[in-house]
Amino acid sequence: MTTKSAPKAPAKAPKRGIHHQPPSMRVLAVKIVLLSLVDAVAVFAMSALFFKGDYAVAGIVLIVTLLVNWIYLSPGLLPAKYLTPGLIFLGIFQIFVIVYSMIIAFTNYGDGHNSTKEDAVASIVLQNTQRVEGSPAYRVTVVDGLGGLGLLATSPEGEVLVGTQEEPLEPVDPGAVTLEGERAVAVEGWTSLAMQDILQRQQEIAALQVPLSDDLADGFLRTTDAVNAYVFESTFVYDEAAGTMTDTLTGTVYEDRGNGAFESADGQQLGTGWQIFVGGQNFLYPFENPRYGGALLSVMAWTFAFAILSVGISFFLGLFLAIALNDPRMRSKQVYRVLSILPYAFPSFLGALVWLGLLNTEFGFVNNAIFGSADIPWLTDPWLAKVSMIVVNVWLGFPYMFLICLGALQSIPEELTEAAAVDGATGWQVFGRIKFPLLLVSTAPLLISSFAFNFNNFNTIYMLTRGGPRMQGIEENVGHTDLLITLVYKTAFEGGTRDYGLAAALSIIIFIVVATVSAIAFRRTKALEDLN
Amino acid sequence: MKHSGLMKAAGVGALALTLAACAGGGTPAPTEGGSESPAPQGGGELVVWMDENRAAALEGVVSTFEEETGTTVEVVIKDFGTIRDDLTTQAPSGEGPDVVLGAHDWIGKLVQNGVISPVELGEIAGDFEEVSIQAMTYEGSVYGVPVSIENIALVRNTALAPEAPASWDDLVATGQAAVESGEAEFPLLVGIDPNNADPYHLYPMQASFGGPVFGINEDGSYNADDLQLGNEGNVAFATALGEWGAQGIINPNISQDIAKEQFANGASPYTITGPWNLSTFQDAGIEYAVSEIPSAGGQPATPFVGVQGFMVSAYANNPIVAAQFITEYVAGEEAQTAIFESGQRAPALSSAFEAAQSNEDVAAFGAVGAEGVPMPNIPEMDALWADWGTTEAQIIAQQGGDPAALWTAMAEKIQGSLEG
Repeated sequence: MTTKSAPKAPAKAPKRGIHHQPPSMRVLAVKIVLLSLVDAVAVFAMSALFFKGDYAVAGIVLIVTLLVNWIYLSPGLLPAKYLTPGLIFLGIFQIFVIVYSMIIAFTNYGDGHNSTKEDAVASIVLQNTQRVEGSPAYRVTVVDGLGGLGLLATSPEGEVLVGTQEEPLEPVDPGAVTLEGERAVAVEGWTSLAMQDILQRQQEIAALQVPLSDDLADGFLRTTDAVNAYVFESTFVYDEAAGTMTDTLTGTVYEDRGNGAFESADGQQLGTGWQIFVGGQNFLYPFENPRYGGALLSVMAWTFAFAILSVGISFFLGLFLAIALNDPRMRSKQVYRVLSILPYAFPSFLGALVWLGLLNTEFGFVNNAIFGSADIPWLTDPWLAKVSMIVVNVWLGFPYMFLICLGALQSIPEELTEAAAVDGATGWQVFGRIKFPLLLVSTAPLLISSFAFNFNNFNTIYMLTRGGPRMQGIEENVGHTDLLITLVYKTAFEGGTRDYGLAAALSIIIFIVVATVSAIAFRRTKALEDLN
Repeated sequence: MKHSGLMKAAGVGALALTLAACAGGGTPAPTEGGSESPAPQGGGELVVWMDENRAAALEGVVSTFEEETGTTVEVVIKDFGTIRDDLTTQAPSGEGPDVVLGAHDWIGKLVQNGVISPVELGEIAGDFEEVSIQAMTYEGSVYGVPVSIENIALVRNTALAPEAPASWDDLVATGQAAVESGEAEFPLLVGIDPNNADPYHLYPMQASFGGPVFGINEDGSYNADDLQLGNEGNVAFATALGEWGAQGIINPNISQDIAKEQFANGASPYTITGPWNLSTFQDAGIEYAVSEIPSAGGQPATPFVGVQGFMVSAYANNPIVAAQFITEYVAGEEAQTAIFESGQRAPALSSAFEAAQSNEDVAAFGAVGAEGVPMPNIPEMDALWADWGTTEAQIIAQQGGDPAALWTAMAEKIQGSLEG
C-alpha cells in the first residue's frame, strides 16, 4: 500500500511511508489496551490450565501469547500483524480439528472403549461390587483417626463397631460412645467428621471400604451417602502386579492382550474396555469386511452421483431460468425472480421436512394430486428414493445457481454479443462460444464449492430418509441413500455400537476426496481464466 | 494508510477473541465445572444435568436441598436426548456432571462405558413401584433413583368406540365397521416409520404372541445370552403382522405425526400411544378413554415400560452429596409429584403414584403399565432395534416375501452379531 501511494504524495510520503515511524499516541494507547486485554485473558487461561494439570496446553497458550506480543509490539512485521489473528483461528478451528480427528482415527475410541485402562479397572470392580443379599444396614458416622478415615457403624441390633480400610470392624466399648437416638455419632479416640469435612473429602469417603473381618470374603462396609452403610462384596478382583482381572465366582482370569479389553483364555471379553491405539485397523476395516467394503463403495458412488447430479442439474436449471429472466422481452421479470428465489429463503431442513410430507406414499400431495392417488413408494424404494433425493436437492439448490448465473450474465458486456452478431454468429454460437465460457470463469469456483457442500449435504438426506431404505445383507446399518457423511454420523452416534474411531477414519477419507477433487478442479479453472 | 494503525488495533481485538476462544477450547466447558474455584472438591457444589421441564419442576426441591445442606446446585439444562452422549464423552475428562437425568434403557451402555456408578437404595427401594426399580437395575446393581414411569396403551375415541374392545378381533371389527360406515378413515392408528417401522409401538401385539425379546433370569432381569426373538410365538407374530399390513390395519405410511393428527381429527376409533399425546387430543376436543391393548395372540399384550431416573456419574466430584441429593430429595414425594405434574408421566414413588391415581388417565395408563415389562436395558439392545424395525417395515409393506422367513432370518442375523 505504502509504496503505491508514495509517489502520489511526494511531499509527505517519505516520512509516512516508513514503517518504523512511531505511531501516534492515540493508536499506541488503543494498541496497549487491546494487547493487555489479550494478555489478561491468556494469563487467566494459563493459570486455569496449569491448576488442572494441562501443562502442554498451558505452554502452547504461553508461546502463542508471547509471539502475539512480539508481533504487535515490534516495529515492522506488517504482514504478520494482519495474518496472525487469521492464522490463530485457522489453527483452532481447522488444523486442531483435523489433527484431532486423525488421532482418533487411529484409536478404538467408541462404546466400551471410552476412557483409560485405569478408569476401566475401577469401573469393572465397581460394577461387580454388590450388596450382600439380605445383609444388615448399618447407620454410620465418618470418623478420622490415626489410621486414616474410618467408619463408626451402628448395627441394627445396636452394636457399635469401628474400622478403617486396613483394620477390620472391631466392637468398641459402649461407654466411650456418644449416641444420638440409636446411632453412634462419636467415639473416644476418633474425631467425627462435620458436614463441612465430609464435603471436603467426598471422593475419599465414597472410596472407603471397611472389611467386616480379617477374611476379605466376608465383605466390607461401604457408604454412598455418609449416613447409611451396607455390606458389599466384590466379585471381580484386579491383580495389579499381574495386570489381570479375576472373576472370583467362576475363577476365570481375564488378561490384557493388547486389544483394549480384558480377555479370558477362551476369548471372552469384558464389556468395559479402554482406549488404545490400533494403528491402521479402522482404515483396513472395509477391506477386511468385504460386505461392508462393498456397501462403502456403493455409498461412495452414490455420494459422487448425488453431488455431481445435484450441482449439474441445479446449475443448468438455474442458468436456464437466468437466461430466460434476463431477456429484455420477458415481462414481470421481478415477480418471477422473487418466486424462483423462494426455496433459497427457506431453511433447508424445513424444506426437506415439507418434502417428506409431500412424498408420503399414501397421504403425500405428490402421489395424490399429481399421480392420481397411485401408491408410488418415493422414499422406501431404493432407486426411487435416490431420485427423490436429487429432485428435492435440486429444488433446494437451483435458486442459488439462478442467482449467481444471473449476476454473471449481467456482467458480460453486451458489446461482445453485438460484435458476434455482426460477424454472423447464430444465437447458439454466441451462447456456446462466448457467453458460456465467460460465465464459467466466474461460476466455476462456486460450482466446486457447491460440489463440496453437496458431497456433505447432511440435512437433505437425514431429514428425508435418514439414509434409508436399509441395504440388506450387511450387518451394519447402511442405507441406499446414505452419503458418506450420514454414514459417519450413524457410525459415530447411532445404532448398535458407537465407533468414533471408524467414524473419524471415514471422515478423513471424505476430507481426502473433497480436497483432491477441489484441487484438481481449481487447477483446471485456471485454464478458463486465460480466456480473459 | 491513515487507517493502518486502526487496522492493527482491530487485529489485536480479533486476537483477544481468538485467545478467549483458545481458553474455551483448552479448558472444556469452563462454565459447567465451576472453574472459579480452583479446587472443585472443596466447595460442595453439585452439578446436575436435566431437561428444561424437569428443571423447572424441581426448582423448589433444589432450593430446599441448597438451604438444608449448604450445597450450591448448578443445574445445567440439556436436551434430554443429548444427555447420554454428552455424559459418555465428557465424564472421563473430570469436567462432567455429578448427577444426570436419564432413561433406564441407557443404563447398559452407560455402565459399559464406565460413566455411571451404582447407588445403594437400601430400605427406600421398597417405596418405589417394583417395575421402576427393576428397570433401573442392571446386572444386580441399582443405577439411580427412578422418577417417572411411562408406557403405551390403547386410546379410543369414545364417540366411535364407546366400549373397550373385548378382544383383538373385536377391535378390528369395530374399526373396520367405523371405516365402512364412513365415520372414520382408519380402523386403527399406530404411528410407525415407513423404513424402520417401530418395534416399541408394535411390541404389545408381539408380546401377545411370543413373549420377551430376551430370556428372563430368575431375578427378573434380561439374559443377553438367550435371544428369544426367533421363537415360535414371535414368528407367529410376524405372520399376523403381514396380514395386518395387507388388510391396512397397520399402515406403513402413517408416521407418528400423522397418527396423532388423524386421531385428533377423529379419523379413527383407536390409536396406540402414550400419555405424551393426550394433551393434543384434549385440545382437539376428542372424548377418549384409555384401556389395555387386547390380546391378538392369546397372551397378555403387555407394553414395554420406560422409566426415567436420576443417576450418579462415576466421575462425580461430589459423590456423597450426589447420592444424598437423589436418595433423600429426588426420592421424596415432593420431587416425584412435581415432576409428575410437569409431564403427566406416572411417578415412580409408590406414595406419589397412589396419589396420582386420582387422575383418570394416569390411573388407566398405570394399570396397563403394571402388567408390562421394562424395556431391556442391556447394551446388546441397541444393535437390535434397527434390524428388528427394518424387518417389521418390510413385513408390513409386503416386501421381501414370506414374513416368517424374513423374521427368522432377522433373528438369526441378530444372534450372529451378538455372538460375533
